[in-house]
Amino acid sequence: MKDINLKETLLNPIFKGNPISVLVLGICSSLAVTVQLKGAFVMALSVIVVTALSSLVASLLRNTIPNRIRIIVQLVIVALMVILVDQVLKAFAYSVSKTLSVYIGLIITNCIVMGRIEAFALGNKPWASFIDGLGNGAGYGLVLIIVAFFRELLGSGTLFGFRIIPESFYEMGYANNGLMILPPMALILLGCIIWVQRSIQKDLQDK
Amino acid sequence: MNTNSNTYTVIYSAILVIVVAAVLAFAAMSLKPLQDTNVKVETISKVLVAAEISAPDAKMSNEEAMKTYSSSIKSAILVNGKGEVKGTLSTDAGNIQIYTQSDLKAQNDIIKKIQSGDTKLLDDLRLPVYIFNVNGKDIPVVPCYGAGLWGPIWGYIAFEEDLNTVKGAIFDHKGETPGLGAEIANHKFSDQFDGEQIRNNSGEFVSIKVVKGGADKDDRNAVDAISGGTITSTALQTTLYNWLNLYIPYFNNNRVSTPAVTIEEE
Repeated sequence: MKDINLKETLLNPIFKGNPISVLVLGICSSLAVTVQLKGAFVMALSVIVVTALSSLVASLLRNTIPNRIRIIVQLVIVALMVILVDQVLKAFAYSVSKTLSVYIGLIITNCIVMGRIEAFALGNKPWASFIDGLGNGAGYGLVLIIVAFFRELLGSGTLFGFRIIPESFYEMGYANNGLMILPPMALILLGCIIWVQRSIQKDLQDK
Repeated sequence: MNTNSNTYTVIYSAILVIVVAAVLAFAAMSLKPLQDTNVKVETISKVLVAAEISAPDAKMSNEEAMKTYSSSIKSAILVNGKGEVKGTLSTDAGNIQIYTQSDLKAQNDIIKKIQSGDTKLLDDLRLPVYIFNVNGKDIPVVPCYGAGLWGPIWGYIAFEEDLNTVKGAIFDHKGETPGLGAEIANHKFSDQFDGEQIRNNSGEFVSIKVVKGGADKDDRNAVDAISGGTITSTALQTTLYNWLNLYIPYFNNNRVSTPAVTIEEE
């Protein structure tokens, strides 16, 4: 088995191999939960926990999983983690869990989670898989938070619910950009992030 | 060991499912009390907002909300469809009893049966009235619950001492269309109810209408509907009518002499 560089495993998916901006996986939920930073933040944490723990469990079981039903087994593991996260949020962060509503449940269908189990965890040791899950979850979370930052700042004039743009600006004629709160702007912002990243990382550009 | 044999696959999946089910059942059971408290506190804060005791955007911890509730409430009673007081709910901070959505749904099922002609069930209704003491006045808060467009809608309405004028109202929904029907939960919508009346000038019960295209400003029995949310608006109007109609006997019994019933009368 080839040696895995743990640092590389953790950091690569955060920027160079970011699951959203490079692989363009899991963009569905990133559109839905990025109106406000708070929701995006909790969503990011939830995804990090789910990707890390399900990669860990899948990797522990990797030699026992029957090949023919491996996708189903992966799905069961992911679903278990997602439901646990959902239950914990309902018990300890009720208002946030109400804001995120169905999107926590939809982490199950997030391509990043299953994708990392299939591509990494089934062929690597538990610790490396755990780190890989952490990295990918963090990469997803980072993009979510960048998108949410701009959407909340320009769309509502607040960050984490605190007013950033002073009232006096509004009196001088500044207005919140209503389009920012609508889902299409998340896609456009995501496009901008990908644009910036590809112009920095020349090797990602198509010839 | 051959991990590809049929026997292995079947046994493996059976064990996996049992283990996962056990973990989930354990998690659900151990977190249930906390989750139930959260649901209860959400209802409590909604009732407090309706009675204008706390601000809509006030951030209160669970303990604070329960404390505020039990210190500002005078009594929480249950009335039947004939206006008779049939019981009380505990308002003790440590053991607050309050009708959550599932309780309201159960009452709404009885209301539906009454509407289809089974008037004997009026006796079986147990509708909650939360009577708050605000600046020396008795402010009753009553709930309503019904079907919206996609799922249930519900709300809490606080009345002035005359048991006719709305003091404050708040509505919520499970899954109305965002930006359209979901706007009933917006305070811009529910603030319209302040000062509206549920009786017309001759004192008959007419409830509050939610009028598409905008209500007449002088009409004390109507508010503006939500543009693009007509079905939800109409559903809310029906819900309000159905529930308030059954509170009317209780209001009639109590509005002349004392505005609110004391528990001893039970």
